[in-house]
Amino acid sequence: MKSFEFYEPTTLAEASRLFAEEHAQLLAGGTDLVIGMKALTETPQSVISLQKIPGLAGITTDGDSINIGAMTKVREVELSADILQHHTALAEGASEIGSIQIRNLATVGGNIAHASPAADTVAGLLVADAQVDIASANGERTVPINELFTGPGQTVLRSGEIITRFRLPSPASGSHYIKHKIREVMDLAFIGVAAAINIDNGTITDARIGLAAVAPTPIRATEAEDLLKGNAPTPELLEQAGEAAAAASSPISDLRCSAEHRREMVDVLTRRTLEQAAERANG
Amino acid sequence: MAKLPVSLTINGDEHDLLIEPRKTLLAVLRDTIGLTGTKEGCSTGDCGACTVIVDGKAVTSCMVLGVTASGKEITTIEGLASDGELHPVQQAFIETGGYQCGFCTPGFIMASKALIDENPDRTEEEFRYALGGNICRCTGYTKILEAILQAAEEVRSTS
Ligand SMILES: Cc1cc2nc3c(=O)[nH]c(=O)nc-3n(C[C@@H](O)[C@@H](O)[C@H](O)COP(=O)(O)OP(=O)(O)OC[C@H]3O[C@@H](n4cnc5c(N)ncnc54)[C@H](O)[C@@H]3O)c2cc1C
Ligand code: FES
Ligand code: FES
Repeated sequence: MKSFEFYEPTTLAEASRLFAEEHAQLLAGGTDLVIGMKALTETPQSVISLQKIPGLAGITTDGDSINIGAMTKVREVELSADILQHHTALAEGASEIGSIQIRNLATVGGNIAHASPAADTVAGLLVADAQVDIASANGERTVPINELFTGPGQTVLRSGEIITRFRLPSPASGSHYIKHKIREVMDLAFIGVAAAINIDNGTITDARIGLAAVAPTPIRATEAEDLLKGNAPTPELLEQAGEAAAAASSPISDLRCSAEHRREMVDVLTRRTLEQAAERANG
Repeated sequence: MAKLPVSLTINGDEHDLLIEPRKTLLAVLRDTIGLTGTKEGCSTGDCGACTVIVDGKAVTSCMVLGVTASGKEITTIEGLASDGELHPVQQAFIETGGYQCGFCTPGFIMASKALIDENPDRTEEEFRYALGGNICRCTGYTKILEAILQAAEEVRSTS
């Protein structure tokens, strides 16, 4: 690891000012940054810890809306009764990250800001329609999560901008996340699929599908969602939705599997995710 | 960069140190303090050999910058026994033979202790899953699981 200056600001404004300098990097839980610094893919001259800034961690409710501070550990997200009940897919995604030892360190803000297309909290946040609150020395703004990512490792975050929290406005009555992987624990997703649906009197009133690791950025499968809305969740319809989601994906071939296999699996896993989400929405 | 002053509480003892920000907590424990019970396997968060307990939570100390542990309570394998008596997890590892070369053992014991403190009522399957971040290349895990189940049973029956 290269040497660096270490800062522990206690206000967002100070953190943002330091982060806006050249060759500065933020430290949240450190599970991506420390790995990067050891591998010398990250060689910041200054590291700015967010750990001493009050108010950035924790899960709160505000009416129907659930707010998750950016510095909240993914282990806390996984175990939160509110998130388990209203955003099951997100809790399930959080529980898929690394090991418990990693989840006790890793934050949700870091998982999202790192912008890996395979991040396990991203599909759950996509189907929760999360609003991402961002602060900098110049003020605050909010970006919907589906507009946050611009490419692998790339986001719309500008110099000095820090994610402060995720607001999840509308609970879903049923949601589910499937991570396609080889090893049960400690494996990265080949594909991550989340679905959230509301069902009223046998009719789907709202449907959201989030796909991770099948395109340069995480995406919503909006054509598939449109097919579902206003209809009954019949096996035929869920199958069509799976095909539409696969059509929306643009996976790559790599060492682990081919693009064709990935696309086929998006189809299958979207259907299975929807089946489970629908069962929960009905139950 | 210049070293920074940090104050770590390790196994109940306070240590005031000057450390370089790029030193991991693992390096501070082993090289600065001389507590070499905590092992370095992969150094990438994957193997769990470096597991210690920080403020009640099991973490991989190779992923933590030492400076960020200032003010926190750290427990390492050296701090588990009290008054010369082994912790139930340590005792169970001995009784079941839950180790061969022993390199992974401190990490397994610390991870298991945290799991049992949190909830000793886990099923075998749940313990197995919860220990997915600890790797052993010798034992085949059977004896390790036996040790953890025995320790959990012991803790349940005495609490
Ligand atoms: C062994 C191991 C296994 C893993 N397995 C998985 C897995 O299965 N699935 C998965 O999804 N991930 C996995 N990860 C990666 C996961 O731990 C990280 O993505 C983690 O969530 C990042 O959060 P952090 O707090 O550790 O971020 P850090 O490493 O502290 O930060 C990473 C970067 O994100 C940015 N950042 C952090 N917080 C903010 C903020 N609030 N605002 C703006 N930018 C910010 C900064 O650029 C920072 O440098 C694994 C990591 C390890 C070490
Ligand atoms: S040495 Fe830390 S997890 Fe392997
Ligand atoms: S006993 Fe040798 S690695 Fe586990």
